[in-house]
Parts: sequence; C-alpha cells; structure tokens
Amino acid sequence: MNFLSLFVLVPVLMMGGLFLAKTLKQIRVVAATGASLLLALAVGLVFAYLGERAAGNTAEMLFTAKSLWYAPLHIYYSVGVDGISVAMLLLSAIIVFTGVFASWSMGFLEKEFFLWFCLLSTGVFGFFISIDLFTMFMYYEIALIPMYLLIGVWGSGRKEYAAMKLTLMLMAGSALLLLGILGIYFLSGESSMNLLELARAYIPAETQYWLFPLVFVGFGVLGALFPFHTWSPDGHASAPTAVSMLHAGVLMKLGGYGCFRVAIFLMPEAANELAWIFIILTGISVVYGAYSAIVQTDLKYINAYSSVSHCGLVLFAILMLNQTAMNGAILQMLSHGLMTALFFALIGMIYGRTHTRDIRELGGLMKVMPFLGVCYVIAGLASLGLPGLSGFVAEMKIFVGSFMHADTFHRVFTLVACTSIVITAVYILRVVGKILYGTVADEHHLTLSDANWYERTSTIVLILAIAGIGLAPLWLSDMIDGSLLPIIQNVKL
Amino acid sequence: MEYTLLIVLLPLLSFLFLGLAGKGLKPRVAGYIGTIVLAIAAGLSYITAWHYFTTAKVDGVFEKWTPLNFRWLNFTEHLHIDLGILLDPIAVMMLVVITTVSLMVHLYSLGYMHGERGFQRYYAFLSLFSFSMLGLVVATNIFQMYIFWELVGVSSYLLIGFYYTKPEAVAASKKAFIVTRFADLGFLIGILLLSFYTGTFSFERLTSGDTSLFAGAEGLSFMGCSVMSWALALIFMGGAGKSAMFPLHVWLPDAMEGPTPVSALIHAATMVVAGVYLVARLFPVYYLEAPDVLVLIAIVGAVTSLYAAIVACVQTDIKRVLAFSTISQIGFMMVGLGVSGLEGHEGLGYMASMFHLFTHAMFKALLFLGAGAIIHAVHSNEMTRMGGLWKHLPITHLTFLVACLAIAGIPPFSGFFSKDEILAATFHFNPVLGAVMSFTAGLTAFYMFRLYYRIFWNKATHHDHAPHEAPGSMTVPLIFLAAVTLVAGFIPFGKFVTSDSADYIIHLDWVVATISVAIAVIAIGLATLFYRKESSIPDRLATTFRGLHAAASQRFYLDEVYLFITKKIIFNGISRPVAWFDHHVVDGTMNGFATLSQRLSGSIRGFQSGQLQQYVMVILLGALLITVLVVFI
Amino acid sequence: MEGLHLEYYLVVSAIMFFAGVYGFITRRNLLAVLISIELILNSVDINFALFNRFLFPGQLEGFFFTLFAIGVSACEAAVAIAIIINIYRNIRNIQVKNLQQLKD
Repeated sequence: MNFLSLFVLVPVLMMGGLFLAKTLKQIRVVAATGASLLLALAVGLVFAYLGERAAGNTAEMLFTAKSLWYAPLHIYYSVGVDGISVAMLLLSAIIVFTGVFASWSMGFLEKEFFLWFCLLSTGVFGFFISIDLFTMFMYYEIALIPMYLLIGVWGSGRKEYAAMKLTLMLMAGSALLLLGILGIYFLSGESSMNLLELARAYIPAETQYWLFPLVFVGFGVLGALFPFHTWSPDGHASAPTAVSMLHAGVLMKLGGYGCFRVAIFLMPEAANELAWIFIILTGISVVYGAYSAIVQTDLKYINAYSSVSHCGLVLFAILMLNQTAMNGAILQMLSHGLMTALFFALIGMIYGRTHTRDIRELGGLMKVMPFLGVCYVIAGLASLGLPGLSGFVAEMKIFVGSFMHADTFHRVFTLVACTSIVITAVYILRVVGKILYGTVADEHHLTLSDANWYERTSTIVLILAIAGIGLAPLWLSDMIDGSLLPIIQNVKL
Repeated sequence: MEYTLLIVLLPLLSFLFLGLAGKGLKPRVAGYIGTIVLAIAAGLSYITAWHYFTTAKVDGVFEKWTPLNFRWLNFTEHLHIDLGILLDPIAVMMLVVITTVSLMVHLYSLGYMHGERGFQRYYAFLSLFSFSMLGLVVATNIFQMYIFWELVGVSSYLLIGFYYTKPEAVAASKKAFIVTRFADLGFLIGILLLSFYTGTFSFERLTSGDTSLFAGAEGLSFMGCSVMSWALALIFMGGAGKSAMFPLHVWLPDAMEGPTPVSALIHAATMVVAGVYLVARLFPVYYLEAPDVLVLIAIVGAVTSLYAAIVACVQTDIKRVLAFSTISQIGFMMVGLGVSGLEGHEGLGYMASMFHLFTHAMFKALLFLGAGAIIHAVHSNEMTRMGGLWKHLPITHLTFLVACLAIAGIPPFSGFFSKDEILAATFHFNPVLGAVMSFTAGLTAFYMFRLYYRIFWNKATHHDHAPHEAPGSMTVPLIFLAAVTLVAGFIPFGKFVTSDSADYIIHLDWVVATISVAIAVIAIGLATLFYRKESSIPDRLATTFRGLHAAASQRFYLDEVYLFITKKIIFNGISRPVAWFDHHVVDGTMNGFATLSQRLSGSIRGFQSGQLQQYVMVILLGALLITVLVVFI
Repeated sequence: MEGLHLEYYLVVSAIMFFAGVYGFITRRNLLAVLISIELILNSVDINFALFNRFLFPGQLEGFFFTLFAIGVSACEAAVAIAIIINIYRNIRNIQVKNLQQLKD
C-alpha cells in the first residue's frame, strides 16, 4: 500500500464511517477525525518529502506507485508527488480540515452533506497525487459532480440556478479537456497516459497548436479564466460556507495546477507560441475582477470577484514561463486558497449571525464581534498583499518574474497586473471600513455573539498558515523551485 | 553590533505580546510594557550611535556595517530579498530619531490616552509601527525597505483609524492607505525596473558608485527620458506618497483624525520623512544616473513647500495647520536633497536636508504633543475655541513657543541652522528657487506665529471649566523635546551625516542667514500685529483677497479633484460599467447559450409527440424508404 | 394440400399484417389498437408456422416460436388490458390522443 493512496483512502473510509453514523455527534466525530488525519498525513508528507530530498533523492516524482487499471488504453492508477503537489496537498488538507469545522452546525441533512463533502475531497486529493492523465481526469470529475448537489441542496439564494450554471460550465470545460487528453494520448505516438512519459515524448508542434488551447481553456474554466469566469461569482455566492471554502480554496487551484501540469508541461512549444493570447485574457481577468469587486454589495460576490482577479494572476504567472513567475503562481495558489477560504469562512460566520451579506446593512461589527473582525482585517490585509502574510510573497514573485521579460508586451501586461494591488486595496478597505468600522448599523446586531470554539479553530488554523507562509517563505519556495526545473527545461527546449 | 537586532525585534515582540494577550492585561500594564520596551530600544540605539560614530570611521570616511543579513526569499540567482541590518550614518541617525520620538510618544500617551477604550490595542499598534519604521531604516536592500514601507503604511492605517467608530477617522485611514498605496505602485514598478537592469536589490551595491552596474540600462530610453530616470522617478513617486509631496499629499491633513500622539510620531516626525530617507538612501544613484530626477525632486519639493505654507496660513484646525506645516517642511528637505551634489562641499544640501530631518522631527513632535496637551485641555481642535491659554498651560506654552521659534528659523534654535543650510544650498543651486524657498520660510514663520498667538494670546474664550495643565507623563516629553530643540542646532552634524560620509565643515553663509532671519522676524512681526490681540486686519485681508482665501482654505480644491477621480471616474466610470458588462454581456452570453439550447430543444421537441401511432407511421415510412432504396438503387 | 402453395398463405398473412398496421395507426381507441397488435402478431405467427412447414419440414423451431409468441401475446394482452383499465379509471377515457400526461 502506497503512502499517497491513503489520501484517497481516508476520505473513502470517512464516507463509510458516515454511512454507519447515526447521531449528529457521531457524524461530527467521524468528520473531524478524518479531517485531522488528512491534515496530519499532509504535514507528514511535507516532512517525508523534504527528508527524501535532503537525503539526495533527485527523482522527478517521489513515492511513486502504479498498477494497471485499464489495459487497452494503458490507463494506470499511478501516483507520485513533487514539491508542487506536496504543497497543493497540504493546502487541500488544511482547507478540508477547516471546512469541516466551519460547517460544524449545518442545521439539516448533516450526514448527506458530509458524505458529499468527503467525495469532493476524494476527488481533490486524488487529482493532486495522480500522474496518470486519465486517472487525473477521473478524479477531476469526481470533484466536480458533488458540487452540484452541495450547492443545489445546502446553498442559499438562487442556488438551483447557480448550481446548474456552475456544473454546466465546468462540464463544458471538461469536455474540451477530455478531447485534449485523448488528443494527447493518440497523437503523441507514445502509448501511455503517464505524464512523465508523455513529457518525454514529442508531440508535433502543429498538433500542439490546437491541443494546447483545448487543455488550457478546459482547465482555465475552473481557474476562472476570463470570459469563462461567470460561474464563479454566482456559484460562490450560493454555495454553503464549507463548499465555498473548498471550491475557491482548492477546486479553482485544480484549474491552475492542471494548466501548469498538463498544458504547459506537455506542450511547451505551443505554450511559447500561444501564451500571448492567454496573457491578454488573464491580464484582463486580473484587472477586471478587481474593478468588478469594487461595486459589489454582497460580501460573497466581492470575494468571488476578488478570486477571479487573484486566480487570474495565477494563470497569468504560469504563462510567463519562467521559474520565478511560475514559482509565484504556485505560491499564489496556496496563498489565495488559504485567504479566500478564510474570507468565506468569516463571511459564513457573519452571515450566520446577521442573516445578511449586504454590506449596506452591516456596520460596526468590530465592536460586536471583535475576534471575527480582527480575523477579517487580517484576511483583507493578506489579500491586498501585506508583507508578512502570504499574499505579498506570491505577488512579488509573480511581478518580479513577469518583469524579467524585456519586451514591451509582457512588460505592459505586468504593469497592468501590478495596478491590481491598488484596486485590491480599494475594495478590501471599502468592505472593512463599511462592515467592521463605524457605528453598528442594526441594533439587533448588538446582541450577537463572537466566534465559537469550532469557528475559532478553523480561522486560527488558516491565519497561522497564512502568516507561516508570509513570514518564512524560503523553504516553500525552494521546495517548489526544485520541482519546477523539469517543466522549465521542457519549455526552454 | 548584533545587539542592533534587538532594537528592531523588541518592538515586534511587544506588538505580538500586546496584540495577543493585551485583552487580559490591565491597560496601565500594557502601556508600561510598551513604554519600557521602547525605552530599552532607545537605549540600545544610543549605544549603537555612540559605538558607530566613534569606531566606524576609517580614513575619515564612515564605513557601512552589515551586522546581519540573511536570505528571506529567492527570485533568481542574483535577485533575492534579504532581511538584515545596515548601519551607516543616516540609518544610525534615524534609529536615534525614531526611538527618541517614539519613546516620548509612548510616555506621553500614558497620560493622553488614559481611560480610552482599546488602550492595549493602541500600544500594540504603536509597537508595530516602531518595529516597521526601525526595520525600514536599517534595510539592507530596497526590497526590504519596500516590505517595511508597506508595514508602516498599515500601522499608519490602523492608527489613523484607531477611533474606528468615527466615520471621519475610518474615511481618513482608508484615504491614507489608498493614496500611499497608489504611490507604492510607482515604487514597486521603479524597483522592478531598477533591479531588472542592475540585477541587485542591495543598497550597498547600488550606492557603491560602480557605474558598470547600470551599464545594462545605458542608451535605453522611453518617452525622451532614460530608463534609469524613469525607474528613479517612479521610486521617488513612492517616496512622494509617503512623504506627502504635492499632489499626493491629500491624505496627510485627513490623517489628523488619529490620536494626536500618533500624529506626532507617524505623521510628523518619522513615517512621513521615509520618502526623504529613501531618496537620501539612494542619493548616489540619483546623482550619478538621473540628475534630471533630482531637479524634479527639487521642484516638487519647492512647489509642495510653497503650496502647503499658503494653505497653512488659513486653516483653523490647529492639527491641520501643523499637518500642512509638516508637508511644507518635508518639502524643504526634498529641496535640500534635490539641489545637493555628492562630493565634499557640493554635498551641503544633502547634509542640510538630513539635519533638517533630525531637528524637524524633534520640534514637530514637540508641536504636535503640545497641540495634544492643548486639545486635552480644551477638548477641541478649533482655534476659535482657544485663546489666552498661556496662563492656564504654562509649560505647554513655553515649550510650544520654543518649537515655534525653531520652525520659524530664529537663532539659536535648532531649526535656524538646518533650514538656513538648506536655503544656502538652494541659493547656490538656483537663486530663483532660493528666493521661493526664502519666501516660504517667511510664510512658515507667519503661520506658526498666527497659530501660536491664536492659541495662547488673542481673545480668551470662555470655558465651562478652567483648562488645566496636563499631567507629568505628558509634560516631561514636552520639556525633553524642547531641550533637544534648544541644543540640537549646535550638534556638529557635518561630522556625522554627509553625502560622502566624510567630514563636512559647516560655514554659516552670513548673507543668507541674515536675510532669512530678517524675513522670519518681519513675518513674526506681521503675525504679532494681526493676531497678538484681537484685530480686524485678518478679516479685512480675507475679504480683499476673497478668491485666494477661499481657495486656500479649501486647499485649492485638490480634495475635490481626487474625489472626482475616485468617485466619478473610477467608481462610476470604470467599475460600474465593468460590473454591468460582466452581468449583462459576459454572463448574458452564458445565459444566452443556455436559453438558446433550451429554445433549440424546444423546437425539436415537437417530433417527440408521445403519440405512439405517429411513431409507428414514421417507422413504417422509414422502413418503406429503406426498402425502396435497397431494392432500386 | 397439393393445390395450396405457400403464396396463398402468405397473401392472407400479409393482408392480416397490413390490416393490423393500418388499424394500429388509424384507430383512436386503445382497445382497437390492442386488437390491431394482436392481428400483427398473429400474422407473424402464421408466417412462422408456414415457413417451418414448407421450407424446413421435419424441424420444429418455427412451431415453437409460434407457441411462444402466442403465449407472449396472451400475457401482453393481459398486461395491456390492465393498463388500459387503469388509464380508464384515471382519466375516464381510453382515446389515444388524450394520453399525454407522460410527455409533460
């Protein structure tokens, strides 16, 4: 039994446990135990990985294992991790852990909720440990489907519309993706679905030119690539707290990770040639999301548009095709995952108390719930890139890396992306000023209570992670750097 | 020299401790912890300064010491952010200035903020600010400076918004942050450009005078200016934002919504001179690579200085007057840097600017703390609610007078020496600029004494209860700073801080000195005439120059311009249309696809009528058709 | 039997088959439709028996098939009539064109 398979096995066992669980307490125990186990596994994996690397293991992927799954198409269940996937697994584990605590008191149908939640986590973890294209795709689908029910049943507002829209758009994306994957499989000349083998194979440049957009857009839809981002605001706004957290925190990273692992890694020539189209689109995403966020009045919409902007930056940096910017992209995925999860958790907690997310009806909450208020300010500061928190590290890496291109086109777009730091400050401070400061807007809010123990657990874990990355980024960035080399070399060829 | 690390680290620990555990502490205890920590940091700074200035001189030139430098984040092989400590004359001077003023403010706040809600939070934020500012001045590289630059920005934001239930304070904090953030965008881009062509962030390498470092940028130009000029001008933009240079100064007057000691510390003495410090830090680069930007700096400094002095003459909120006066004085410092040369006696402007930074920090902090004592006594910021306070607040009155004389440039107070040297350097550079600055200096004397007379003399206003002198914790800092202001002018500054780190022998330029003292005396005379007793002259003047007066009291409508840009252009002109576009066009397209496929399926739905007989009919016809096809073709 | 060729039988079964198809398509009453289906089935049964008798004498598959088909049509008739009765109970009508509830 491979160590990595535990990441998939644990959520499956959790589902088994949930089937048997009868009372709410049992459900919570199962969910919390499983989530803690996953977090422990992820932390253990980080240490194991760093230990292996320190011991001089230079293999591209560590802890690999494979077993044949479907012979005619050479589909293997093959797993393995490098620094990037380790980082993503750690992120997912943190978000799942905090997500469980954030949905501690769901109110109804807890068992079913956690069941679907576990299925979703299975998909997410499976995606990050797989190095087989088809297995990866399968896990990707496993992660998408539960979303429909989670939003449709436990959501709020226009939940049916949002769930339908989200699922359909993402499915359309995966249709493109499937086409791309099959194209890669059949046209690479290599009878293999294994990423590493495919990367060594040569896909003819003309073929890459039409496969690259398919795969990039396919994953890009999930990564909120303009103009395919519109599922995101509606979806996030309607989803229940933990689902928003997991979705914005991890699922959108599947898009970025996929673009990077599949599109750029396997099709470097096309990436070099076609990057400009997508740089324009992502550049628009970055600024456009930020400007849209300024005028929103629903807290979740503000955060969703901010996610569009931040995730745009991820794809933007990936397309810069140099080590510094790509490293920044991975860090940005981590950082955005953590802080947006924190945001959604806090918004959920505020909404659970005030029953409104409209910033015009909120005010002076700092006085009523100081703990949540301080956490919100910290999340906001992380989002606008305050040094010492994770956002700064990622953004600086991206900007410095992107600026390495000496030509006008890249430079102009880097500058455009840079302006987002100002616009971000505008909408973050607008919200903070409106909902936390000033006088209490509604006298009913005066009697509200501050965070519970489980809410504190979830926010404190996230803040610790954000500050941890922000204060000591070097080990993480080195870990990622080591794993970027094969990809960079592939691009340079 | 490793103990210098403690100077930076102690306030950070104090911030973390007070921030996390502050709620459980008694307010008084929290205040003491913050103050004691800062006192230790100040003591260490003095030791550092003594140690440095006595031992770092090799062959008549101060060496740069780097007691600590470790890698924090890698970009490429050559570009990496380090965190560390760089000690050179200006850094050491700033350490002394910051810890001294900060200590005074900590002490003062024990009395001033007594009984305020969130007292612990206040001290936590003060510690955070001290940490960031100290980290900024000892930065070994430009990116470390940027990091701490942002951190001081945030601590300033938090402290301006300290009274977070007051809408004005919230708006002011937001404005301060966003305006400086906008300037920081320029700073960041400047750093990107600079580091791209030089391949380093390190101050030591950048300022080594090694021109080969800039070879990569040679011959490259954009819109008629060289790339280095652009980079350095953009970096200056960052400095201009923090240092409230025209037209990015709009946040500073509003920042006075924060507690008064905070205004003294952040918005008068330390943070707002960060821009000056930045330019001074990179001065050799400016001088060698982009002398045109130095001219720009001088002009911006002069315009700011004059503008702020004019506006200060008509403000009635005492803190606003002081705020504009700060802007004006920082303008002086910028001019000093802009007109300076690098070597030997050419470097007068640089030396003078740093000297002015030092003396200004002391007397401006004194002014603000004095203003705080006055506000504490009368519970108002408005001049109209004051008058005749000299007999109620004797200590405040005397120390305030010392500071006013210093800023007006009357010998032997410290301001005279530093300002006079700036004026001398400016005259040397360009007589017209010198004349403008002399005029501004005259205006300074005028508005400061207007302020002084209207607070302490003029017509006494009636108060419900007699204003009383502030407690000891507040007057001790006043007396201390007044003492410093009295003697600081005689510090042989040229022995310590100069543009080339070598000795500079100061000669007073008697012509300039006499003229400027004469101007100051005339201005003070005018102020005495207008404001010593109640008088109708100011009103008559205001009616005569009605337009100018109105414009000046509205700060020449710059805030309205900003409001127009942010509200009308950005909010209504860009964001709303973007949101509309997103909702109607992008989203509409996606929904359109959905509607379209629904329509399409609706239209072919008729074929599936559900009428079995119809199906059979179709099957039959189909079978027939196939038969016909198979048989006959 | 000498004079009776296969074609004669086939003509009868063809007439039965097309009568069934015609009835199936045109009749509006469910019972009539059912009867038409029976006609079709029976015509096919006749064909099975015929082809077995004339083309493969001595073998029994065709006859068995016929028997099966008769059994199946009996069951089918039973089920169909049950459904029809239920439909009648529900909508008081067994006209084909009124049966539209499943569509919506």
